[in-house]
Formats: sequence, structure tokens, C-alpha cells
Amino acid sequence: MPSVLVLEQALNGLQFGLMLFLLAAGLTLVFGVMDMINLAHGSLYMIGAFLGAAIVGATGSFVLGVAGAVVGTGLFGMVLESTLLRPLYARDHLSQVLATFALILILNDGTRMIFGNDLPLSAPAALAGPVELIPGLYYPSYRLVIIGAGLVLAALLYVLVAKTRMGALVRAGAANREMAMAMGVDIRRLFTVVFGIGAGLCAVAGTLMGPLLAVQVGMGENILILAFVVIVIGGIGSIRGALVGALLVGFVDTFGRTVMQQLFREFFPPQIASAAGPAVASVAIYVFMAAVLAIKPQGLFPARG
Amino acid sequence: MNPPPSRSPSAWPRRTALAALALALVALPPLMEAAGFGYYVSTAGRILVFAIAATSLNLVLGYGGMVSFGHAAFFGLGAYVTGVMITDGILNAGAHLAVTVAVSAGAALVIGAISLRTRGVYFIMITLAFGQMLYFLANSIKGYGGDEGLNVRQRSLLGFGLDLKDAPTFYYVALAVLALTLWGLHRFVASDTGRALVAIRDDDQRAEALGFPTYALRLAVFTAAGAIAGVAGALSANQQGYVSPALMHWTQSGTLMVMVILGGVATLWGGVLGAVVLIVLRETLSAYTEHWEFWTGWVLLAVVLFARRGLAGLLERPWRR
Repeated sequence: MPSVLVLEQALNGLQFGLMLFLLAAGLTLVFGVMDMINLAHGSLYMIGAFLGAAIVGATGSFVLGVAGAVVGTGLFGMVLESTLLRPLYARDHLSQVLATFALILILNDGTRMIFGNDLPLSAPAALAGPVELIPGLYYPSYRLVIIGAGLVLAALLYVLVAKTRMGALVRAGAANREMAMAMGVDIRRLFTVVFGIGAGLCAVAGTLMGPLLAVQVGMGENILILAFVVIVIGGIGSIRGALVGALLVGFVDTFGRTVMQQLFREFFPPQIASAAGPAVASVAIYVFMAAVLAIKPQGLFPARG
Repeated sequence: MNPPPSRSPSAWPRRTALAALALALVALPPLMEAAGFGYYVSTAGRILVFAIAATSLNLVLGYGGMVSFGHAAFFGLGAYVTGVMITDGILNAGAHLAVTVAVSAGAALVIGAISLRTRGVYFIMITLAFGQMLYFLANSIKGYGGDEGLNVRQRSLLGFGLDLKDAPTFYYVALAVLALTLWGLHRFVASDTGRALVAIRDDDQRAEALGFPTYALRLAVFTAAGAIAGVAGALSANQQGYVSPALMHWTQSGTLMVMVILGGVATLWGGVLGAVVLIVLRETLSAYTEHWEFWTGWVLLAVVLFARRGLAGLLERPWRR
């Protein structure tokens, strides 16, 4: 295996993992603090991507697109949380599944009504070319920017959760919500803000990933499941777990798609390799999750003591 | 939750209603054709297929308390088994049934054996993950259509001159399977084993302390429900003439769950009611607007917020409580 290829895939894995983290961060807090299964979290990612693409299309500025998407999706998330989701916290998981599944239908079709089925979005022209990182390794500069943005946001989120008063309240809520409320924490108001931040992070991921994947209705559905895999691996309610889980899933998925297929080609006859390779690659992260759950049923970093 | 199967006087109106319903369902295709709505016989057939699948999920989810988020995998597996056998020239319906049941029950046994070691939210997520695994596997079997799906050019041969391509014939076959499923569920729920399952759902530690084989019983029910969903899938392959990985996608599992919750969790008719309402709603709305998903979503949301026990809960006669 040439080391340049491995390094390139490692960067791809890092990039994908960081974007997954942006999605998983909000999801794990909703899940951990409010014990709420929010299937519509992927819809926020989609809404963010559409808002971003629309603004980029109108203004020509990618930075403005990201900023507008974050503000718009964050506000939308806060309205959604305080109107439709809040009554669901006290309900059982089945009601939450039904309600947020209904929200997916509404938000998918609503997006289609406003923006159409898809929007074009390409990386800024200045970042279109590759850069040579080390001799022989050319890497798309846009992906490097994504990695940089992901690292900065992850660091900011770490400071927010680990070092600020608000973060301490969120962690208290995730560890034991009833106790936190008994100690006088206004979990509800706090949570509207947390949800808004989570929605904003979704928008960052959606807009940044837009040029790599596609901005289309339904884009949230597949990535949502990956985000769930991430938080289950990391431990529900734990930001640190979400980060580790996201990077692990990013690497397993990326290497599953490239390196493992390469290995298959070397060790198996071509017919078997070409048939089984893609299957193994897609399934790898789910096998990984099942393995983690078998060893640590609460995930790697359980939030509840 | 379930009335005793006694000869009490209150059983009589219920039986009359059931007989009337059966008669109406049997008379439906000729009535539809006479009224010029022949096209809708196949819609009715599709409702029956989903009613079977949703009823099997209600057994797991409602009576067993196992929130399985991968049930569509068994439905899709059954569809694929039948579709692949037909493509390979094996047309005998009995063979289709046997292999479908064997494969979908086998898959449910393995998936259940692993998943049932987890609890609560983790069970939801791990069944979801297994469902997605099968979805991606179906995407990658290039020999049988891969991600484009598989056209099923022929139908299962039932003999007796029955042709499943004929919509009324399919309708009656599906109706028979659904009736059998409901009858089986009714009998099971009233049986000692069924009561044990509900006891495990309500308090598994107490049930275990009382000596019930909680794990084995849950696994058996999970497996049986997987097999029934597989049969529904086999019917679906026959009706649509097409199977695709989309049958196993998690949104399909979500749709089945929505049917159960909409109709009524842990009620005999919940799955049927949910399938009827959801599909009729979809068909009706899509006749008026291309944005039927949008309005369906609002209806579902209203049901969650205002009809806490599903539609069956609304219909339930208050004095039965």
C-alpha cells in the first residue's frame, strides 16, 4: 500500500469525520439531555445546505452563504424546538419517532416547495485547485479548508462545553436532568439555545459538504443514520464521545471504501472482490458499531454516571 | 387489553361486526369494478400487504415492547428471496413460501439474538444498523439488479389456475394471509405465552424473577414476526413485479412504525388501521397535490399531539376500559 494513498485517505477520513461531528454534536445533546430521538436532525442539515446554496447563488460569496445558513438554520431550529419539539420531551420514544418522522416529511416537501428538488453549489473558485502537501501528494484545497473549519469549530465547542458556565449546565443536564432541574437550572430555556447551536452546526456541515455531495431533498436521511451511529459509539450525551465516534466512523468508512477494497482485490479473485468489496465497505461502520456495543454497551464515553 | 375469548353476551355484537367486515372485504373487488374503480383493487392489495407487515411489527413493538427500527429489512428480504427465485426460474409458490420463511426467519433469529442483548435506545439503534446493513448488501448484489433493483417478470405459481398478476386474485390471496395473521395474533395474545410476553414487556426483571424465559421468548417472537414480514415482502414482489433495495431503507422501517403507532400500538387491528389510513391518505392527497408528503406529515403530527393512543384508541369504546 503506497503511503501517499494512505495519507490521502486519512485526510479524507478526518474531513468526513469532522463534518459528522458537527451533526452529531447537536444530536447527542438532544438525545442525552432531553432523552429525545430526533429523526428530523438530518433535515436541519438539509435546510442549512439549501439556505447556504441559495445565498451563495444570490450573492456569489461562500462566506456569506455559510454565515447566512448558520443564522437562518439556527433561528429555525430554535423556533422548531420551542413550538413542536418541546411537547415531545415528556412523551415516549415511539411518539417522538412518529412526530419527527412526520417532520421529515414536512421539511423535505417544504424545502421542495421553496427551493425545488436540488440547488447547484460549488466550491469557491479560489479553492478549486489542489495543493501539494508533501512531494507526490496533491490534495484539494477546499477539503483542507473543511478540515480547518471542522477543527476550529470542534475546539470552540470543546471550550464552550468544558470551560463555560453554559457548558457546565449542559453537562449537568446530560448526566442527570432531573437533578439539574432540581438545582434550579432552567433546562428548557437553556435547551432552546443548545438546539439552536446544534442546528447552526448542521448548517455549517450542510453548506461545506454541499459542493462535495449534492444539495438535494433527502440528503439528510442517510447522513442522519451515520450521525446516530456516531453518538451510539461515542456514548449518548457526550460531546467528547461524539468527536471520537465521528472520527472513528469517518476513518472506518473512508478506509473501508478504499483500502479494504484494495485488500480484497489482492486476496480474492476479481469476481468476488468486485461484488463483495463495496458491500463490505458500506457495512463496515455498522459492523464496527455492533462490535463497540458488544464490548461497551453504553458507548465509549457514557455521559450518565 | 384483549377481551377474553368467552361466549359472553358482549362477544356477539363484535362477531356480527367482524362477519360484516369480512363480507364487505370479500365483496370489495367486484363492487369496485362494477363502480368503475377497478384500478383501485391493486391499491387495496397494496394496503393488505402493508397491513400484514405492520401487524407483524405490532407483535414485536406493541406486545413485545421491542422497538425494532429495522423491520423493513425482513420485508425486503422476503421480496428479494421471491424475486431472485423467480428470476432463476423457480416459480412454485410453495417453494417461495418455504425459502422466504426460512431466510427471513433465519435473518431475524441472528439479528434478534444479537440485538436483544441491548436495551432501550440501544436496541432501536442496533436494529436500525442491521437494517441498513441488509440495505447496503442488497445494493451491492450486482447479479440481481444491484442498486437499480430487480424486475420480476413472472409470478409465483399457486396452481388451480390462479394468476397473481390478476389484481382481484392477488387481493384475495393477500386478504387470506392477512386474516390468518390476525387470527394467529389474536390467538397468541390470548394464550399463556402471549400473556407472558406482555408481562415481560411491562416488567422484564419481575418476569425473569418469576421464571419466564424472557430472552428466549422475545427472540422467538422477533423471529416469528420477521418471518411474517418476509411473507408480506414475497407478496409485495408478486404485486409490484419489482424489488429494490429501497424496500429495506430505514425510512421504510420508519413507515411501518408510523403505521403501527398511527393505528394503535398493541391493538389487534392497529397495524391494519394504520396501513389503511396512511396509504389512503397518501393516495387521496396525491390526487390533489404533488406535495402530499407535506400534508401527510401534518396529519401524523396532529395524531401524535392529539390522539395519544393512536386511532384505535380513539375508536375504542370507553366502557371497555
